[in-house]
Amino acid sequence: MGLTARPDAGSAEAGKLPHSALPDKVEVEPRGSEGWVTTRLDFLVNWGRSNSLWPMPFGTACCAIEFMASAASKFDLARFGMERMSFSPRQSDVLICAGRVPFKLAPVLRRIWQQMPQPKWAISMGACASTGGMFDNYAVVQGIDTIIPVDVYVPGCPPRPEGLIYGIMMLQKKIMTERMSNKSLRNEMEPDPTSQLYIPASRIDELSEPFGNSVHQTRSAP
Amino acid sequence: MTTKFEIVRPGSGNRSEPVTPKNVPNRGGEANPSGTALKEHFSAAVLRIDVVNGETTVLVETSKVLDIVRWLHDDATQSYEYLSDVTAVEHRDLSRPIEVVWHLRSIKFRRFLRLKTQLAKGAKLEVPSVWPVYKGADWLERECYDMFGITFAGHYDLRRILMWEQYKEGFPLRKDFPLRGRFSRSEQLRQALDANPEAKYSMEELNVADAFEELPLDMRARIASGEKTGE
Repeated sequence: MGLTARPDAGSAEAGKLPHSALPDKVEVEPRGSEGWVTTRLDFLVNWGRSNSLWPMPFGTACCAIEFMASAASKFDLARFGMERMSFSPRQSDVLICAGRVPFKLAPVLRRIWQQMPQPKWAISMGACASTGGMFDNYAVVQGIDTIIPVDVYVPGCPPRPEGLIYGIMMLQKKIMTERMSNKSLRNEMEPDPTSQLYIPASRIDELSEPFGNSVHQTRSAP
Repeated sequence: MTTKFEIVRPGSGNRSEPVTPKNVPNRGGEANPSGTALKEHFSAAVLRIDVVNGETTVLVETSKVLDIVRWLHDDATQSYEYLSDVTAVEHRDLSRPIEVVWHLRSIKFRRFLRLKTQLAKGAKLEVPSVWPVYKGADWLERECYDMFGITFAGHYDLRRILMWEQYKEGFPLRKDFPLRGRFSRSEQLRQALDANPEAKYSMEELNVADAFEELPLDMRARIASGEKTGE
């Protein structure tokens, strides 16, 4: 971390530099009698957001047990600023879907996602939440990314707490790269059936490559 | 004189604790006396009595199920207080009839009895509900209806319980039901997302004050006395 003693090198000059040249660090004046810091607002905001992610646990199966283990003392999610489990979607930042989601829960999961305020992120924890896993049957959603947008997929059946924590750290890295000027990050897009580019979900089913453990398994978004 | 902390082992001493039976034959063996008692009371309605792995199975006529269950529940010599399961069996051989199964347990006499009845394919799958006798049959019969499509005549609120109520694909545990359902994934997801999870249970219905008259008597007494539980 470089230190600078140039108080006049303010944001006006720094604003002309390309983003890649901007330092992702906090600069301080060590010898000044009045303390001051200079940094990028993006960096500061992202730093604050990524280190105080409040999870909304949506645990439906055994993955939720591993999630609880991650939150307990041995692995201690509080180290990552996630000590406050938010059991209300209105006061949460990241939805952690741990476990299989049956079709009956699909509208519930979508409503919880819609109730969360921006900025919000989603982690799909485990094989079932990510792809339906071994439950390739009439009752289980084949991946929650057909219902809500997902930022990080954590593989495993169930993932160990280390895996979940690695996924959370990946999410934190992703948040650190966000830019406030990029308004499209917060756009929530709904498919537009009147658009010429619109492909109906049934057509996506026909076109898409088979995946997972079955040649019949498809997971088009609605 | 026995001390308070004596270790009780099944079958030890003069006690009559139940002992796990050993060397139970696969077929035959000691039958539940309720089987022969049923044969005496409902001679024509009892079609067959099997003893398999020490458990007695009584095949009865469909129309007499409620009478038989009521007698088993009420009669002092039978006293089947507990209905542990209501389910159904469809065999891989599609020409065989669907069987509906009731598991009854007598806590007083430590007996277990399995009642079965057969429903021919092609006809309407309907059996009498035992809900008037066992209130616990409510959800068991709803599940059986949800999974097999068997109608329980006399059930007060027969609707789906596991699948959502607008589910249109059929009855998942039937042998002709494909494992991945009848519709495509996208259609299944679209229909599921269209389903309103609160269609039946509104917040008004969940209001305890409004539901007060329908609560059990002991619960009403506790609420009326101002007793606080939990928290």
